[in-house]
Order: sequence, then structure tokens, then C-alpha cells
Amino acid sequence: MANLKEVKQRITSVTSTQQITKAMKMVAAAKLRRAQDRILKMRPYSQKLTAILNDVVAAMGGELQIAYAEQRPVERVLIVPMTSDKGLCGAFNSNVLKSTSTAIHETYANAEVTVLPLGKKAYEFFSKRGYKTIADHYEVFMDLSYDRVREIATYAMDAFIAGEYDRVVLVYNHFRNVATQEIQVEQFLPMEGASVGGNDTMSIDYILEPTKEYVIEELVPVALKTQFYKAVLDSNASEHGARMTSMDKATENAGELLKDLKLMYNRSRQAAITNEILEIVAGANALEGN
Amino acid sequence: MMQLTIITPDQKVFEGEVSEATFPGAAGSFQVLKNHAPIVSALDKGNVSYTTKEGKLSLVVDGGVVEVKDNKIVLLAEKVIG
Repeated sequence: MANLKEVKQRITSVTSTQQITKAMKMVAAAKLRRAQDRILKMRPYSQKLTAILNDVVAAMGGELQIAYAEQRPVERVLIVPMTSDKGLCGAFNSNVLKSTSTAIHETYANAEVTVLPLGKKAYEFFSKRGYKTIADHYEVFMDLSYDRVREIATYAMDAFIAGEYDRVVLVYNHFRNVATQEIQVEQFLPMEGASVGGNDTMSIDYILEPTKEYVIEELVPVALKTQFYKAVLDSNASEHGARMTSMDKATENAGELLKDLKLMYNRSRQAAITNEILEIVAGANALEGN
Repeated sequence: MMQLTIITPDQKVFEGEVSEATFPGAAGSFQVLKNHAPIVSALDKGNVSYTTKEGKLSLVVDGGVVEVKDNKIVLLAEKVIG
């Protein structure tokens, strides 16, 4: 039987761990709500933008030449993995890091790869292992805003146009629901198949100011930045979802452990009492026998 | 009265009825009144002003695009100052 005092100490420590994980779960839940709120707030913007873009493309007869869609032989690649700043969120970070490594060593094994990590975990992982990294933006999640993300997207887009990279890839966790995150390896640039057109229901003749081309040239980068921002928000919501689920599990596990420990504690307490009684009775008997 | 909506990726800045709105179009500033023809215009950085029942309001946008259709105006701005 285990030592009573030892068991008691373990019970105390597991209880306090449980309190911590429970609190972390609550915090993650609150942050998750905020993150989801952000996604909802940005939805009207991106929907309207896509609608306008579709209308304008339809007005141009579906023909458009965009510098951001230029296909080149893939020699230099920019990979943008998005992780969290902090741990304790299950497989959230390691999934991203694993997929990114696979992309670097298999998909783009013959290309020169540069990593632009977002989130401290990705930054630490890739800078320590000697990858070529751009460390200017990894703390974006500390103070998440469209303005910050826009800066990063603009950097990637400008570098693509300048020919510094032939392809830009985003690796992040897509938020399916609170419990499930799906790893997503998404090609950001060159733009894929320009998901515009499709519905040629353009009934209204718009006046396009100043020119059709100018409007397109203005709208496409904005749409790209919005897409990038969406990925970042998705990753952010996934992080809190993942942390919430894993902290919930941890709390549950601590509860089970506590149950076992308490059982053990009570058993050894009882055994000790029984022992004591036995000794007393035996002693009394021995005295009477005399 | 026309319905004006100003949105950025972070938030909805304004939504409400206006009688008039002026935008910093890329080809020059222009004003939208009731029953304006459908238009999509790119915007420069500049002053957007609009008149509601409470009076004249204005803010500065850092580029964006505006769409006018059926007396509904939607302004998509990347950033709004003030």
C-alpha cells in the first residue's frame, strides 16, 4: 500500500493542475468566441468584394490578364506556415510543422524554399533548423488586425510580381468546428483559375470608373489580401478551438486520475485503521490472558 | 433616401440612410444622389462625406471601391481613419 502522505500530496497537485486546465479551457472558449466573431465580421466584406469582382469580370467578357496569375516554372517558393504563439493546444502546431516540412522536402524538393513563419512556434521551429526564414512578421498573432496582415500579404504579392518567388503557399489549420481542424496547404500565388465568372447573370450595365482595367487592377490585390486575412483568421480560430478541446480532455483526465487516487487514499487509510485496531485488540488479549 | 454601407475587413463602419454621398474616385471626386446610374468605381485615399438625417458626416478612407446600384451604396474600404 502506498504511503498515505505521498498519495495526499499527489491529490493536491493533481487538483491544482485540474484547476489550471479548467481555467485555460474557459479562456480559450472566450478567445474562440472573439475569433469567430472576427470571421463573421469580415464575411460581408469578402462576399461583397467577390460579388463586385464577378460583376466586373463578367462586364469585361471574362477575359482578364492578371500579373498575379502568371504561371512560371517553380524555382523559388515562399512557404507561409501559420502556428500559434503558445503551446498546449494538442496537435495544432505539429500538424502545421509536419505538413510544411513535407512540402519543403517532397513537393518542392528541387526548389529554393524560403519560409515566412507566422506565430512564434513556427518561427522557433524553422529558424533553429537552419531554414531560410523571414522573421519580420512572426508575432502577428499578438495583435491581430487586418492592417498587420495586409502588410504581410503585400510583401508576398510584391515579391511574386518582382519575380523573387514563383509560388507562394499557405499552410494553416482550417476551422471546421470547435473540435476539428483540417490542415490546409493552399496555393496563394499564382492565383488559381481566378474563381470568378461562372454565373453570367450580369444584368446591369455598370459604369466602371476610371476604366475597367483600373478597377480590376485595384480589386484583384484587395481580393488576394482578403484571402490571406481569411486564412490567418481561420488559423486563429482553430488555435483556440484546439486549445479548448485539449484542455477539456486534460481536465477530464485529471478528474479520472483524482478518482483513482482518492480510492487509493481511502483504501490505505482504512487498511491503516484496521491494522491499528488489530494491534490494540491483540495487545488487550495478551494482557487478559495473563 | 439611399442606403449607404461602409465596411472594412475588421468591422462595419456605417450603415444607414443618406441623402447624398461624395467619394474620392480615382478619376476625381464625385457625388452620388438619388437614382444614380449603376457604377463601380475605384477610390483613392481621401475624404468620404455623406449627409444623414443628423447632418453631414465624413471620414477618410485609404483606397477602396464603391458600388452604387438601385439606390444602395456599398463602400469597401481597406482602412478607415476617423
